[in-house]
Amino acid sequence: MSSSKELLLEAKGITKYFGTITALENVNLKVYAGECLGVVGDNGAGKSTLMKVLSGLYKPSSGSLHFQGKEQVLESPRDSQILGLEMVYQDLALAGNLPIGENIFLGREPTKNLGFLKLLDFNKIKELTNAHLDKLKINVKSADQKVEELSGGQRQAVAIARSTAFNAKVVIMDEPTAALAIKEVGKVLDLINGLKKTGVGVIVISHRMDDIFTVCDRVMALFQGTNFAEAELISTSRDEVIGWIMGKK
Amino acid sequence: MEDKNKESLHLRLIPYFEKYGILLLLVLMILVMHILQPDVFLSWRNVTNVFKQISWQSMLALGVFMVIVTAGIDLSVGSIMMLSLMILAVVAKAGAPWFIVVMTPLIAGFLCGLFNGLGITLLRMPHPFIMTLGTLYIFRGAGNLISGGTPISGFTDEVRYLGHGRIDLQWLGLEKSQYLPVSLVLIAIVYIIFWIFLNHSKTGKWIYAIGGNPNAARASGINVNKILVIVYSLCGFLSGIGALILAGRTDSGYPNAGLQSELDAIAACIIGGASFFGGRGTVLGVFAGVMIMGILRNGLNLMDVSSFWQQVLIGSIIVLAVYIDVLRRDLGTRK
Repeated sequence: MSSSKELLLEAKGITKYFGTITALENVNLKVYAGECLGVVGDNGAGKSTLMKVLSGLYKPSSGSLHFQGKEQVLESPRDSQILGLEMVYQDLALAGNLPIGENIFLGREPTKNLGFLKLLDFNKIKELTNAHLDKLKINVKSADQKVEELSGGQRQAVAIARSTAFNAKVVIMDEPTAALAIKEVGKVLDLINGLKKTGVGVIVISHRMDDIFTVCDRVMALFQGTNFAEAELISTSRDEVIGWIMGKK
Repeated sequence: MEDKNKESLHLRLIPYFEKYGILLLLVLMILVMHILQPDVFLSWRNVTNVFKQISWQSMLALGVFMVIVTAGIDLSVGSIMMLSLMILAVVAKAGAPWFIVVMTPLIAGFLCGLFNGLGITLLRMPHPFIMTLGTLYIFRGAGNLISGGTPISGFTDEVRYLGHGRIDLQWLGLEKSQYLPVSLVLIAIVYIIFWIFLNHSKTGKWIYAIGGNPNAARASGINVNKILVIVYSLCGFLSGIGALILAGRTDSGYPNAGLQSELDAIAACIIGGASFFGGRGTVLGVFAGVMIMGILRNGLNLMDVSSFWQQVLIGSIIVLAVYIDVLRRDLGTRK
């Protein structure tokens, strides 16, 4: 099934040391267009480190990243964003004191020229934000609302909107439903399914088997910093995946 | 249904209160002072006096405000101003032309701020409090070292212009005593420039973002350390402007210049609605904070109230202002 789709992101032999600690050892990962890959593993298995390597926040000690077939060296999150690789962090990485629109465009604000001054174009931010939220069917009162006034689910929706506002090809989500009320989980999972339909490759890190088995097409398990197991979702079961997390095959 | 509307109206008012509430307090204070001192308080002479008195403090407060927005603190602004003032005095006494003398405090202040910023980011200080506490001593010590710890007086009119200059308004049909202090015009220009910078430039928006959530800023590809270095440098630069104004006002560089003025600057920011948690506060609020402290001191002086009471009152206003901030956070933020 995957073979007919474009290979977007491939990590080959990623190793990461922190001092004398080996966080990742020779880890491989592939994501295809329109596919959702679930990454599971116990605390300390290396999931978050791997995602931070993929998004350019950490540089791998060895190994390489390939995006649409080309090898890429990421110096910062900005580099991965330019390629179309976006990350939704577990702590959401939103500034609560800023409005929704300014969060979505943070670091990439549209500007207008006023003489020699380059000023923020607030009208454009608002306009683009409303259009984008409509496209993703995300309902908020107004793009001017501050993020700290939103519910957990709305914040997650804003974080996802933020990650897809610049034609992202791959979106990496770290525990997207961990902090949510149960009724909000469904909305976020719908959003992920919507992204897949538009051809985006999604990587979801989650502890929740419900999430993995609702939105993912393939699941891979990390154990003590190494690839432990991987399977198409249809050929595995919850119990088997839970076993992988605990290091049992 | 009715309740819901009531609540939404109440919630909708919060942002306005957040923005302009402090101005209400300022207007109220002016009214009270006017009622208590109807002949003097709003006279031309007294109003210009207030502005002359707050002139250099307003520069320090604006610098510290930017730092507080990033959830940092700068305890060294008073010492930066003193060191810049002493360098100005030494250079002036050495007979340098006025345009060089005028530049020296600005450059010195900027470099002091840069030193703070680089120290905080490169030495990875656990909190800016520590770095700037260190430089509070270092800069004041350096100022005394270069001047020998004695006052240096006597500057030319050009050097004194910003702090002492007058803009004559007789062409408007006003009397000669009804002039505009140059420092008042300077405050207005600097505050407008920094208002535009903080609210309408990318860098300004990023300063607020860093205060709101530094991880969010970092994840957005913003170079947080670079922005912090810019913020502390600008804070130092503003302290340098403060030194130039003070040089004009006092016509001398003296060892006690700006002693404890960092605390006044922090107080003005807090009264003006800046939050120590970062990401909150406006330039207008800081201006109001500076004015409130200035008017309070001026008004109490006019009424012959002891300066001990001034301290008690200013302290009380700080606590009250922050308590209002706490209440507002409870109302405005979803828990």
